[in-house]
Amino acid sequence: MKPGTIAVVGAAESTDLGRLPGISQIQLHADAALNAMADCRLKPGDIDGVATAGQTPTEIAHYLGITPKWVDGTAVGGCSFMIHVRHACAALNDGLCDTVLITHGESGRSMVGRPPRSVDPASLAGQFEMPYGPMGPPTLFTIPVLRFMKTYGVTEEQIAMVAVVQREWAAKSPRATFRDPITVDDVLNSRMIAYPFRLLMCCLVTDGGGALILTRSDRAKDFPTKPVYVLGTGESAETPMISQMADFTTSRAFTVAGPRAFEEAGISHDDVDHLMIYDAFAHLPLYGLEDLGFVGRGEAAAFIAERNSAPGGKLPINTNGGGLSYMHSGMYGMYALQESVRQMRGVAPAQIEGAQISVCHGVGGMFGASGTIIFTNQVP
Amino acid sequence: MAGQRPLPKPTPETRHFWEGTKAGQLWIQRCEECAHRYFPPRPFCPACGSRSVTVVGASGRATLYSYVIHHRPRPGFEPPYAIAVVELEEGPRMMTNIVECEQTPEALELDMRLEVTFEAQNDEVTLPFFRPARG
Repeated sequence: MKPGTIAVVGAAESTDLGRLPGISQIQLHADAALNAMADCRLKPGDIDGVATAGQTPTEIAHYLGITPKWVDGTAVGGCSFMIHVRHACAALNDGLCDTVLITHGESGRSMVGRPPRSVDPASLAGQFEMPYGPMGPPTLFTIPVLRFMKTYGVTEEQIAMVAVVQREWAAKSPRATFRDPITVDDVLNSRMIAYPFRLLMCCLVTDGGGALILTRSDRAKDFPTKPVYVLGTGESAETPMISQMADFTTSRAFTVAGPRAFEEAGISHDDVDHLMIYDAFAHLPLYGLEDLGFVGRGEAAAFIAERNSAPGGKLPINTNGGGLSYMHSGMYGMYALQESVRQMRGVAPAQIEGAQISVCHGVGGMFGASGTIIFTNQVP
Repeated sequence: MAGQRPLPKPTPETRHFWEGTKAGQLWIQRCEECAHRYFPPRPFCPACGSRSVTVVGASGRATLYSYVIHHRPRPGFEPPYAIAVVELEEGPRMMTNIVECEQTPEALELDMRLEVTFEAQNDEVTLPFFRPARG
């Protein structure tokens, strides 16, 4: 895309985040969507493009009373919303529609109106992975890390530091689920889930939603909100089976999506003031930092352990507390996007003073797919 | 250990693999055009797209590439148990369990040598597992 041609003009999370047994999944989408419309003073009738994952765009358009001219149901897991942003930029620039709504809602904790997930025993994962006893992401997403640790000499203490530092950010965010400080010992003494991953290295599981509204930048002045411009975008997919990931020390989806976004944006790593790296588990920021080129191979663990991503550090990462402490409904990418938008608007609880460029990097499935969006608050 | 582990349901494209395990063979595939050896099964080469592929036997020798040790209850399994990915001597990797071995970080050393072993789950399905190499 041409940098800066598309702007986020509306953004909001659901009214509540956390354990929400009184609201169904589709209503979480709608609640967030209505909040985002209120943010930029639009009504459902003003929206003509709909993108979503978890529900179909048909369900969301109908539920909200929208007649779309463009829909996108890309559903590749938690980074689907980054990819929706990318596709929306193309659609808006091509004139396929004028105002796009991207919604997320997930009753990940309370499971109200959320279909149960199952793996077909005739699928490749059903035939060649499920017989060996994996039980969801904590036992699959985590499998590569021992290879990563051996290759680069990374310690469990260093991985624990990812959780410790993000809890420091969460402490600044009133809406974060977990805000009490933790130490490396707390992490390493928490319950073993799937060695080497302990409870505090795994994301929480909560209910919530989020929505974004995008339009062409030349219309951004018509809205009451501070526009957040899209500078660059990238996406890719690798494999639905963690066992078939080409290299357990790097994500091919990350190394395609990330560099493409930087190339489109025409920026270098030194230009980045704020970074979100989808953290379903504590090893993901390590892969993200290396695969996006912020640090060299094998340097990410020390980079975080030395507090470079912590409050006061030179590269603030996951400033809402991340999936480890803020919230994680299952497809967390929308909340990473919301934090990037807040930082660019200058209204984040843990605001990075003077931040002008935010990189928001998502993962989908278990290293299965990826989407990267680069935002700026500077008028193009 | 109540309950049963999930079992595969073969498709026309994978049936040969599951017939192989019943007969004590670990089948992978080889491309006749580019010599790429691959798994899981499909009737074309994922490296070059050629449909000219053959089924070939793997030696059954492998090394331990990575794993986790699951500590929570799971029907059909007795925790803690390792969910592992092994690298076959021929190159492809596959998920498996490591048997005849303590399920501890000390016993499960990355890159340790392993060999395939087969366990019938019922009349229809035999799963390949890996154990520490004896030879």
